[in-house]
Order: sequence, then C-alpha cells, then structure tokens
Amino acid sequence: MAQMTMIQAITNAMHTELKNDENVLIFGEDVGQNGGVFRATEGLQKEFGEDRVFDTPLGESGIGGLSVGLALQGFRPVPEIQFFGFLYEVMDSISGQMARMRYRSGGTNAAPITVRSPFGGGVQTPELHADSLEGLMAQQPGLKVIIPSTPYDAKGLLISAIRDNDPVIFLEHMKLYRSFREEVPEEEYTIEIGKADVKREGTDVTFIAYGAMVHTSLKAAEVLAEDGIEAEVIDLRTVSPIDIDTIVESVKKTNRVVVVQEAQRQAGIAANIAAEIQERAILHLEAPVLRVTAPDTVYSFAAVENDWLPDHTDIIEKAHEVLNF
Amino acid sequence: MKARKLKYKEYLHAEGRVTIVKHNLEEIENKFEMFQVLNENGKVVDKEYEPDLSDDELQELMKRMVYTRVLDQRSIALNRQGRLGFYAPTAGQEASQIASHFALDKEDYLLPGYRDVPQMLWHGLPLYKAFLFSRGHYHGNQMDDVQTLSPQIIIGAQYVQAAGVALGMKLKQKENVAVTYTGDGGTSQGDFYEGINFAGAYEAPAIFFVQNNFFAISVPVDKQTRAKTLAQKAIAAGIEGFQVDGMDPLAVYAVTKYAREKALEGGGPTLIETITYRYGPHTMAGDDPTRYRTQDLDDEWEKRDPIVRFRAYLEDKGLWSEEKENEIIEQAKDDIKQAIKDADAHPKQKVTELIEHMYEELPQNLQEQLAEYREKESK
Repeated sequence: MAQMTMIQAITNAMHTELKNDENVLIFGEDVGQNGGVFRATEGLQKEFGEDRVFDTPLGESGIGGLSVGLALQGFRPVPEIQFFGFLYEVMDSISGQMARMRYRSGGTNAAPITVRSPFGGGVQTPELHADSLEGLMAQQPGLKVIIPSTPYDAKGLLISAIRDNDPVIFLEHMKLYRSFREEVPEEEYTIEIGKADVKREGTDVTFIAYGAMVHTSLKAAEVLAEDGIEAEVIDLRTVSPIDIDTIVESVKKTNRVVVVQEAQRQAGIAANIAAEIQERAILHLEAPVLRVTAPDTVYSFAAVENDWLPDHTDIIEKAHEVLNF
Repeated sequence: MKARKLKYKEYLHAEGRVTIVKHNLEEIENKFEMFQVLNENGKVVDKEYEPDLSDDELQELMKRMVYTRVLDQRSIALNRQGRLGFYAPTAGQEASQIASHFALDKEDYLLPGYRDVPQMLWHGLPLYKAFLFSRGHYHGNQMDDVQTLSPQIIIGAQYVQAAGVALGMKLKQKENVAVTYTGDGGTSQGDFYEGINFAGAYEAPAIFFVQNNFFAISVPVDKQTRAKTLAQKAIAAGIEGFQVDGMDPLAVYAVTKYAREKALEGGGPTLIETITYRYGPHTMAGDDPTRYRTQDLDDEWEKRDPIVRFRAYLEDKGLWSEEKENEIIEQAKDDIKQAIKDADAHPKQKVTELIEHMYEELPQNLQEQLAEYREKESK
C-alpha cells in the first residue's frame, strides 16, 4: 500500500474512475494543462487526453450548466469549482438545475454529477475562497454533500460519488490536502455515502464533527483523556444525508453531545443535528446538545482567521459544560 | 510624449480615436441587417435564399403554424376557464418557433424556454402532456424518448446547458445539434454570455435562438441594452450571429438550416436573433400589455403576421385554400378536446411521488417522510 496525502488520494480516485468508465469527464478552470491550482488533476489530461480532462473558460455558472448538459448526453461529469467561495456564481446550476433534474423530470433524467471543490479555513486565502458553505448545500433537497477528513476516506468516497446517479457536492478541506499521509490502497474501493465513522470510542461525551474539525475534536479528546474523560468522536463524512443512527447510538451510550463545525453558528449542519438528537433521543440526554462553531460573522479575514476558527480548547470547554451540567 | 500630458478624453479625441471606434461600431452594427425572404405581402424579396422545400413540406409548415395558432387561442380560453394553469401565449411567434424547429432533426436536442412549448409538441411531445405541464403535474415533464428538456424557467440557464449538450454530442460524435431558445430579456443574463462563449470555445454544435419580441415582460429592448441588435452579441463570443425576420417562416427556416449544417460540419455554434412579437400578454397570470404597449404598435405588428404572409405565398403557388385551413383548424380543435380529456383523466399527483423522485435511492430522512405521507394518503 502507498502512503498518500489527501490530494494524492483524490487524484488517484479520479484516475481510477477515468480508467473505469469512459463517460467520466473531468473539467474546470485550470484543471487541464495546469493540473488544477491545487494540482488535484495533475497528470490526468496527459494520460487521458483533452476530450476527457479539459480546461473550461472562467465562468462557474457555465461550468455548472456544461455539467448538466453533458449529463443529459450520458456523461458522468466531475467539474471542479476552483474555490467553494465561488459557489454563489454556480448556485443556480447546482441548486436550481442539477439538484432538481431527477425530480423535475419525474425520474426520466438524472444528473450524475460530482462537483469537487476546495473549501474550509486556516490557509489564509483572500476573501470568498475559504467559506464553509456546506450548510447551503445541505439545505437543498436533491444533493448529497460529502466532506472527507482523511486520505483513505477521500478516495473511497470520491469513487462512490462519481458512481452515484445523483448530484454530489464533494468538499475537500484545503488544510487537509497535504497535512498528513496515510495508507491508501492503489486498487479501487468504495465507501458508502451517508455513513458516519466512529473515529474514537468513548463513554463520557460524544463529539460530532466533519472535515478538519474531526482532527481538532480528536486532539480535544486526547487532552480530556489525560483527565480520565473518554470522548467518542464521530466523523460524519457526509453532511447530507446525515447518519442519524450512528449519532443516536452514541448518544445512548454517552448521554452528552457537543457538535463541532468550522462554519458559523446560525442555521447550518450543527443546528440540524442538535434538532434531530432532541427529537429522537431526548430521554437519553443528561445535558443540552451544545455547539462549537465560528461566530456569526461573514467569513473571517485572513489576518484573524486562526482566532476566528474554533480550536480544540473551545471543544474542551464545551465538553466540560455538558459534563458539569 | 506630448499626448501623455493630455487628459484621456482630449488624448483620444485629439488622435481621432473615439471617432474611429464609434465609426467601427456603427459599421459592425449595420452589418446585422435583418434577413428576409418573404415580405409582409408574402412576396419573395430574395429569390437566392428561398429555401428548397417541397410542396408537401411547405404545406406541412403552414399546417403547423395554423395548428399552433389555434392551440394558442384555445389554451388562453382554457386558462380563463380555469382548465389550464401556467401558460405563456405564443401567437405572433409562429414563424420564429415553428419554422426554426422545421429545420431540425428528431434527434436534435431542444432546450426550450417557457414560451417554447409548440416546438416541443412538434418534436414529439403528446399534447396532453403539455397540458399536464401547464397544470403543474410532473408527468408533463416526463419526456421519455422525446429529445427535449422541459421548459426552463430560469431565464438563460438553458443557454449554458445547451453548450453542455452540444459538447456531449460532439464528444459522442453524434450527427445532431443542441437547440435552445430564449427571448430578448435573456440576453441580459450572465448565462447568455457564458453559454455562447463556452459553446464557441469548444466549437460545439449548438444553435442559440433569441426570439426578440421587444419586451422582457414590460421592459422594452432599448432599455435593456445599448446594442442596436441582439445578434451582434455573437461577436463578443467570436461566433456567427444573424438577425432574421422572425415573422418570415422562410427566412427563419433558411438561417436555421444553415446554422445546423454548419454545426454538423464542425463550424461551431450560431446565434440567431428572430425579430418577432407576441400578440398576447407575457403569461396568463395577470400580465396586462396595455400598461407598456400601445394599440398602434400591436396593429403595426399584426400587419406582419407570419400566417397571413405565408398564406399569401402559398396561395400564389396554388398550395393553400380556405378549405385546407379549415380542415387543420378543426383537426387542432378535435386534438385539443381529446388532450384535455386525457389530461382530466390522468391520475392525480401525490406527495409520495414527489418524495420518490428526489434520489435514485432515498436516504433515511426521505424514507421516514415517505412512510409518513403514505400513511396520510392511505386515509
């Protein structure tokens, strides 16, 4: 097995599917000759040719519309939106068009499109690059929203996404692209969309997180373990749909929950999870479900970004709050 | 060096640059002269471009236009009686819609706007389905083997999708084209420019129609853009653009035929502006055209009517008669009656069906909600 960073695992997954299915097309701004601004598509055009991996003009709505049209012709488009902060430019193509294709056509058309996009904070980008906009996507019926936290998951989930017959938003946390390596099989494998992963077992409190916050939560759990507090850490992996069974099972065990997200507090994934838990397992709770989030401002400017983002001490603080409730 | 000391305005004027730019713009705009084959009286004004259509084909084209006019009149009446829902009137635009479609192949793919239901019907969509669409029943959007999307509601979105369909056809080496329609209003959307630009960049076999009926609901075209023609917008994308008399079926047909052949030969996309007019309101949902149009303007346009013009042309050739026209009118009325009956008899739509069509496999939340609504619907 090879050691891969997340970005290598992502390239590897696209390589696998380009080989497996001639209808898979990869395109976006700078993804061809240049291999993508993060090099996610490095070498793919050279190997598979310009008909399979190609550059687009600079227009996100055009990229989205192109994807819809190609899907109607039987292709399996994998467009890249260069930074997820550009989502607003492609919002109609995604939420107005792709997400509704199956519904609008009464099941006679589909949009088997995987929109890949780097997102998430901590890498000091200019404005409107790093935004955590997964909540907007999760609110749109018809989409699936995947956020992997490890290289292994990224490969298995991306292959599943490309093979899925419904549109998938596949969000790649920029800070995780090259932050660590792990064993990733060269051969193909899939991970079921919509299944969470229990990253750490514990009995005292459950941390529910996704993306980079999985690692922040694990760090918090390690610190708490020094004081004899055992936190369970759930990596959602998919924020739409939510794996509510895994969550409820953990709540029944620990009776205390902190939901962690890098995104702002208002609306969003964490709020939805808190609501689901209280509807389904309120009698198992010993404390209110608390959230660790960024504040409800527009996404932070780079110079104060690291203070704006939640860190492991915020999680530890909330853990103590639910434990001492 | 001397020029650098001048302010830009003085600098540009001093060198005569502004005049040159302005002159070039006028020269370019004047090149987009409206293409016409038949004049208002049905006389051929440009023999060279009279399309090579057989007598049968000419009669068929006329039948379709008359049929579509009757359908429009009946649809408006049915809407007023509460028997149809959303409806965007089409009268006046028959040459633009039907004659452009007449140049296409069954396997060409349509991406219509909401006023373009007639093209879908002539592409193979059963009439009762168009009525179901109007009533907001999703079966009206199930196109099965008919090569069309359901009408696009977001103005311009069909343009970027057409670029994708056309690129897909090119990659699959199909002998077909993607054909999309919008109105003058659509040319102000970002998607309009992205669509023609993407298709141009990929030399994709697409035909982009702008049916310029001079009003984006109520806003006149001269308040929408400074451009003298909408066809000239093609220049920015580096593709060919034509302005054609959209009340002249032969001109619309000829230009469409050219654009299609060019696309199949690898010549890339074409933008076609049809100069036309909708006699009726924007939609039947309360629009009152007297708020933004004058009776004089309506009268002026009705003189250019595509059916009147084509009837005169065919009569001159001895290819049309009142009897033939009445026959097709009766045929249309009968079909409409039957289609309304079929639509009435169609099974009612259920909330569970909406849920079932959200994903190929329903996630847990929708499975739970499906069970809940099944329970409700069983009561």
